[in-house]
Amino acid sequence: MNYLEFEKPLAEIEGKAEELRALARGNPEMDISKEAEALDRKAESLLKDLYKDLTPWRKCQVARHPDRPHCKDYIDALFTEYTALAGDRNFADDHAVMGGLARFNDMPVVVIGHEKGNDTKSRIERNFGMARPEGYRKAIRLMELAHRFGLPVITLVDTPGAYPGKGAEERGQAEAIARSTQKCLEIGVPLISIIIGEGGSGGAVAFATADRIAMLEHSIYSVISPEGCASILWKDAEKMREAAEALRLTAQDLQKLGVVDRIVSEPVGGAQRGRKETIAAVGSAIEAMLKELSGKKPVDLVKSRRQKFLDMGSKGLAA
Amino acid sequence: MNWISNYVRPKINSLFSRREVPENLWTKCPECGTMLFHRELADNLNVCTSCDHHMAITPRDRFKALFDGGIFTEVKVPEPLADPLHFRDQKKYPERIKAAQKATGEKDAMLVAEGEIARTPVVCVGQDFAFMGGSMGMYVGNAIIAGAERAVKLKRPMILFSAAGGARMQEGILSLMQMPRTTVAVEMLKEAGLPYIVVLTHPTTGGVTASYAMLGDVQIAEPNALICFAGPRVIEQTIREKLPEGFQRAEYLLDHGMLDRVTHRKDLRDELVTILRMLTRQGPAVKGDLPAPAAETPAAPEAAKAEAARK
Ligand SMILES: [Zn+2]
Repeated sequence: MNYLEFEKPLAEIEGKAEELRALARGNPEMDISKEAEALDRKAESLLKDLYKDLTPWRKCQVARHPDRPHCKDYIDALFTEYTALAGDRNFADDHAVMGGLARFNDMPVVVIGHEKGNDTKSRIERNFGMARPEGYRKAIRLMELAHRFGLPVITLVDTPGAYPGKGAEERGQAEAIARSTQKCLEIGVPLISIIIGEGGSGGAVAFATADRIAMLEHSIYSVISPEGCASILWKDAEKMREAAEALRLTAQDLQKLGVVDRIVSEPVGGAQRGRKETIAAVGSAIEAMLKELSGKKPVDLVKSRRQKFLDMGSKGLAA
Repeated sequence: MNWISNYVRPKINSLFSRREVPENLWTKCPECGTMLFHRELADNLNVCTSCDHHMAITPRDRFKALFDGGIFTEVKVPEPLADPLHFRDQKKYPERIKAAQKATGEKDAMLVAEGEIARTPVVCVGQDFAFMGGSMGMYVGNAIIAGAERAVKLKRPMILFSAAGGARMQEGILSLMQMPRTTVAVEMLKEAGLPYIVVLTHPTTGGVTASYAMLGDVQIAEPNALICFAGPRVIEQTIREKLPEGFQRAEYLLDHGMLDRVTHRKDLRDELVTILRMLTRQGPAVKGDLPAPAAETPAAPEAAKAEAARK
């Protein structure tokens, strides 16, 4: 288990329990069950306490936790016959973006998502989930495919943001993001989006301009990273706690603002401590959202999707 | 929607009279260092007469030079919620807004106007970098939507001049949501079959570039304008190498196929009209400065009149 900074006290207790058990394994005559159980109980209640009221900055850390289920985990568990479709037909295939045909509850769909990778090798290959223009252009191509053949589109959003690289800029990153958002607003099929970790700025909008948007309980969605915001507005990147607070980037605040339709609960201790339950909960949310949209005419879907975004901003937060 | 239309009087508080002190009669060109007399600079649309460096120009000054006789009608922009997040960094957001309003004399970072350019009816939307870096928040989004709705209603093309550091962080996610919102505005124009021309001016970056500013039917930029998603400093920090000369500048983007044209400010007016009149299948424009339209003239007879004028 990778502990986060704020989980240090928990790491200590769980470490002690672990030590005790290791000791007992070496000395079978020792009876440690009572002590170990007490530590377990302590750890359990501490975990509950820690996660009861996560601050926005702590949520950022949880949202970025390396052990959270990633796009590939959801695709493997929730979809069948996943058939990756690669490339933007222009320049390259972007491995930061997964996408292709698949079945969800037997229904053929198009699934697209950012994949961050889960070890050094795959993280580098996936560019830490930071798409280049080719990723958005692949998504555009897949959304067009879905539109032509009447398949719902499901997007899984998990990106720190677009990749700030030289080639990405030269090849029209901004235009690619703009066109992907535009494509989201044009397709006459249900489009649902789940923010499973980080919803980073334009790179997230390009996939999440959807009919229904769900967020995992501890995921974030923001115009800029708290670190970036802090260095610009506070002139001090260390003020990320303040920035995370001010940006209102939690699922809970975003639902109040009407930007997000649904929050998917995570197990106590975050998705990284209950990957299976989390994936199952996301599956139920996808099912429910698809049901809400089923039977709607293509023109009506497009119309109400556009209206949804035009209406955004009419609700503020209480002081 | 309730549209209040009133003719805008030539404003006294133009770019230079706003700073009253005598030393501001002269502006030093940041590019070549030449001292430029204010009237000379204003007559040249804030372009250095010595090195052609394009300095910032407010939408109001730009529109005065663009529309026939300098006359245009402002399109009312629906007021968004003020400070929906109760955002506070080192200053409260409403204080920043007030300071920007005082400094610029404008409500927010976008001005929407309708009028005629070389007798060609258009709706123009201009972003004001002087107002909080032109940043895109709810007001800017509302302005673009209002402009598009007005253009659709009047069946006119829309021209948008972009200039922004990106999204307005003080509006958090709602600033980010202006990317899809303004894209809906572009869709309205597209579906109504109306041309949408974007003129990218220095600088256009971040979420602005990644939405309405890159979705024009024709993409024109002013010379040497910085146009990007991620800024050069962020990229240099990421890739740890120095970027080539001119990277992310208008000419570089033109070379990389991201723009249709790079056009000097003094030529923009003629060029915009030429393109728009071809896209809307009207006859060639009457070139040169034109007096203000005598009265409200509907769009349709315009083409016929221009036709007659040519014969
Ligand atoms: Zn100069």
